[in-house]
Amino acid sequence: MKNFRSSALLSFFLLALLAGLPCWPVAPIALAVTEPQELLADPRLESEAERIGAQLRCLVCQNESIEESEAPLARDLRRAVREQLREGRSEKQIMAWMQARYGDFIRLTPPFSRLTALLWATPLLALMGGLFLARRFWTRPAEPPTLDPLAEQGDDD
Amino acid sequence: MRGPLGRRHLLALLPVLAFLLLGSGFWRMLHGLHNGQFDPHAVMTPQLGKDVPSFPALAGIPLSGTPTVQGAGTGIDTGIDAAALQGQTGPVLVNFMASWCIPCVAEMSQLKAISQVLPVWGIAYKDRVPRVAAFVRRNGQPYARLATDPDGRAAVEWGVTGVPESFLVMPGGQILWHGTSALDEATFRREILPLLMQARKEGRW
Repeated sequence: MKNFRSSALLSFFLLALLAGLPCWPVAPIALAVTEPQELLADPRLESEAERIGAQLRCLVCQNESIEESEAPLARDLRRAVREQLREGRSEKQIMAWMQARYGDFIRLTPPFSRLTALLWATPLLALMGGLFLARRFWTRPAEPPTLDPLAEQGDDD
Repeated sequence: MRGPLGRRHLLALLPVLAFLLLGSGFWRMLHGLHNGQFDPHAVMTPQLGKDVPSFPALAGIPLSGTPTVQGAGTGIDTGIDAAALQGQTGPVLVNFMASWCIPCVAEMSQLKAISQVLPVWGIAYKDRVPRVAAFVRRNGQPYARLATDPDGRAAVEWGVTGVPESFLVMPGGQILWHGTSALDEATFRREILPLLMQARKEGRW
């Protein structure tokens, strides 16, 4: 019984973990582009630009990507992304260009560093904590403690 | 329960250990914040210690507000480019501003005070020349040079996210300090002045 419980629990956790894997941090984008001339003519390049822009933080609103933000600065950065794509630069190069000017903060997905190590470790730590607690709750002591007050007194009558 | 250090004792020690670890971590963070070892804002100012970026040459703004022939400026309307910044013999405070920016009015008196010590070069961000000129005439004139960045392209190269922002640039073009709020006397005394003293001691100007 106990074995079945814990193995079922473990497989449940593993399944949950697997289910979570495809959730890559790319959210659907509500475009803030208001002028059609902002868009690139080539739809393939344009979708590439939107994918890159979705990973860049608008530094005015700080919780939107530059593709979602209406701030003038976001528009400037959208333009910069598209100009560089048209010049044939890669996503990596564009990200590096942005980071050189605005620092790590512009990346919505923080890069792994000494400062962010704990942040990245959080899911694993939470999982370990959860497993620890689950084990505590699901394993019952083999011998249930007796509740009979007479049993503890020995039989002397 | 085997001896003084049984499993349950160790388990009971776990929260204490976790707390000590967390506490020492927080203490180190706060201590670092206090003495400048740890700066969470550093991720936002990657330009520190680097050279001024190569930004497009910016046209000067004459105080009259009517632009002269390009390149004909001699004083405040000389224009600003990277080479001019690198070629200075002393430190320069580069100040991104705009006539539509309210904190820029508030920092004007401090900029005037700073201009007694070192030249202040203003860059008007996404603004119109006549408006900038009128703004400066109205609010006092701290600028040794004033130039216009009409579409914000230079601001992007500098990593500017809004106005006002200021940079302390050393001779040769190294950026020594970057501030992202309106300057006041406290900020100048606490952050900029020690850097200037230090650079002076090292004989950098």
